[in-house]
Amino acid sequence: MNFSLNDDQLALQQGIRDFCEREFPADALGALEKAPVTRERWKQLAEMGVFSLRLPEAQGGVGLGMAEAVLVFAELGRRLVPGPLVWTHLAASAIEGAATGDTIVGGIDDAHPTNRPQLVEHAGVLDAFILLGTNAAEQVAGNALVGRDFATPLDPLTPVRHVAALPHGARIADAASAAEWRRDGALLSAALQLGIAEATLELAVDYAKKRAQFDRPIASFQAIKHFAADMYVRTECARAAVYAAGATRDDAAIGDAARAISAARVVAGDAALKNSRMCIQIYGGMGFTWEMPPHYYLKRALVLEQAFGTTDDHCERVAESVAP
Amino acid sequence: MDLRYSDADEKFRAELRAWLAREVPKHGAPPPRHDWDARREWDTGWQRKLFDAGYAGVNWPKAYGGRGATLTEELVYYEETARAKAPYVGMNFVGLRHGGPTLIAEGSELQKQRHLQRILCGEEVWCQGFSEPMAGSDLAALKTSAVRDGDHYVVTGHKIWTSFAQRADFCELLVRTNPAAPKHKGISWLILPMGAPGVEIRPLPTLRGESDFSEMFLEGVRVPCENLVGAENDGWRITNVTLRFERGTAWASDIVDLTQSLRDLARLAKRLTRDDASAWEDKSLRKELGRLAAEADSLWALMKWQIGEVQKTGVPGLGGSALKLAFTELNQRVFEFGNRLLGRAGLTRDDFAGLPVNEINDTFLNTFSLTIAAGSSQIQRNIVSERILGMPREPR
Repeated sequence: MNFSLNDDQLALQQGIRDFCEREFPADALGALEKAPVTRERWKQLAEMGVFSLRLPEAQGGVGLGMAEAVLVFAELGRRLVPGPLVWTHLAASAIEGAATGDTIVGGIDDAHPTNRPQLVEHAGVLDAFILLGTNAAEQVAGNALVGRDFATPLDPLTPVRHVAALPHGARIADAASAAEWRRDGALLSAALQLGIAEATLELAVDYAKKRAQFDRPIASFQAIKHFAADMYVRTECARAAVYAAGATRDDAAIGDAARAISAARVVAGDAALKNSRMCIQIYGGMGFTWEMPPHYYLKRALVLEQAFGTTDDHCERVAESVAP
Repeated sequence: MDLRYSDADEKFRAELRAWLAREVPKHGAPPPRHDWDARREWDTGWQRKLFDAGYAGVNWPKAYGGRGATLTEELVYYEETARAKAPYVGMNFVGLRHGGPTLIAEGSELQKQRHLQRILCGEEVWCQGFSEPMAGSDLAALKTSAVRDGDHYVVTGHKIWTSFAQRADFCELLVRTNPAAPKHKGISWLILPMGAPGVEIRPLPTLRGESDFSEMFLEGVRVPCENLVGAENDGWRITNVTLRFERGTAWASDIVDLTQSLRDLARLAKRLTRDDASAWEDKSLRKELGRLAAEADSLWALMKWQIGEVQKTGVPGLGGSALKLAFTELNQRVFEFGNRLLGRAGLTRDDFAGLPVNEINDTFLNTFSLTIAAGSSQIQRNIVSERILGMPREPR
């Protein structure tokens, strides 16, 4: 047993981190608002292996596992890389062109068809759309998503469309595969949430060290330090849980993957939301401005809270596994 | 990253599981909490059985009576003892969880030979003499003095919150050996024999109504200089080694126990009736329990991470403060949930009607010691923010 990342994993993590820092710098989030997803960037993400990471080498993929995928997605979350990243990744083996970034694939987890209204993310740029139902997954053409685009999506980097009647299409996954996608989607979302928790911790601590009041940095006040310590603890717990869930998903001998994934999603979801809220608070008045990055993190955390089951849903799943 | 237990780990697990299945029922029920002699006998008696079977000090060196196995096997040990509901370390906590590990890391050969095996086989019980009335969170302000007199130190002072002092054989004692030096630079770490003349113990009733801890008055107590651990006046560094163990890895078994407790609480919820249905039918209750269990799972993953650090460096890292903070706060929430689950049955501390009222309520009350002992949650937050996040330090 060894929890440390190996050299290959560290190199993978560093590679994607460098890429994201170069292509999605924290001070340029506003510039992405006009067109959060472009074909060019999607192709770049594909070249970094974001979509083909877990596809077997024989199918042109990288042939790695979920233990590696969570590292990559945490970095994407850390820089708020926009787009239907999880869906296109999940579709790598099922939809032509997804792995190579030529087909932008979105989707919706429609486990409870009576939960309406449903909003579709990034509908305007999708080539293909996955309707992940209770017992199957269907593929729909992107242009079949007829509906109304909202002028002000909650997350400025996640445009949404109200599609009153979700269109049906060809069945591309059976119940077992659909369940697996749902679970993997929850774990990759948890990894994105982990990235948000990490980034907001770093932003808040850096800001508190620079911002002075009463002639000293606000980072010297226990009121601020203790919030930061709690943010750190949440981040560490989320990281341990997400990494462990990734490894467990790859190797059934380690334990109950479904439980590990739901636990990771709960802890990472809490960490993303609470840390991004606290980050705004520590930024003070600046945290309430559009110009500063904290609000983008809170808004993305709120979007992710609605992906592949809410935190509450996953709490219940963990409870069921505690007392079957 | 490789989270799979090896074949050797699983073989160890199978042997231990079979042994526990035989031995745990034979050890019987724990004695009443006020019966100190019986408690010592029960706690150390179990430790003796572990020792004889080769399960004491799983990760301690063979040369000093340990099993000499990997830390991973120690994790297996914690998982299995929690699963079997084996007796808690109890009075052996200080010796096994941080006193012994401190000696392994910093003690002299003589000290290791004298104490380690005796701790492992239940012959020696240790307590901790760190806090003083005016040195709590500000531990380095301690005043208990030790003055050299030939080959002895003469110790005078007043310690407090000393758990199990009335039945301990030795004490991790922090003393001031250089009153002229800055406060962190004049401290030494001594092994105090509790039977030495001049040691007086006054039990203090805790909020549970029992005297699990005491005040300790030291009046001209002569401690041999060979009982000095590390160098004279280097005690603050040794103290931090002790605290790293106390905060970092000492809780490993408790985290597994917490997961077990949540399973017990879920089963209890299925038995209890609320609003004409089983309490488990209450969706909000299930969600709350699920959240607590998810957090407990994440702490166990974090503990495994921590163990990896210890494997590299020998001593738990600063991250132990994060773990201690998260575990003790979560533990308190779990048993507060348990108390609410009991409803009006929880208005007593005695078991009745087949409900584990005493266990839930007394454990809940005890959780308030854990968020204070070994550095309060607030001190842990200071450590995390200053030492890990690099924020400005408090006045020291």
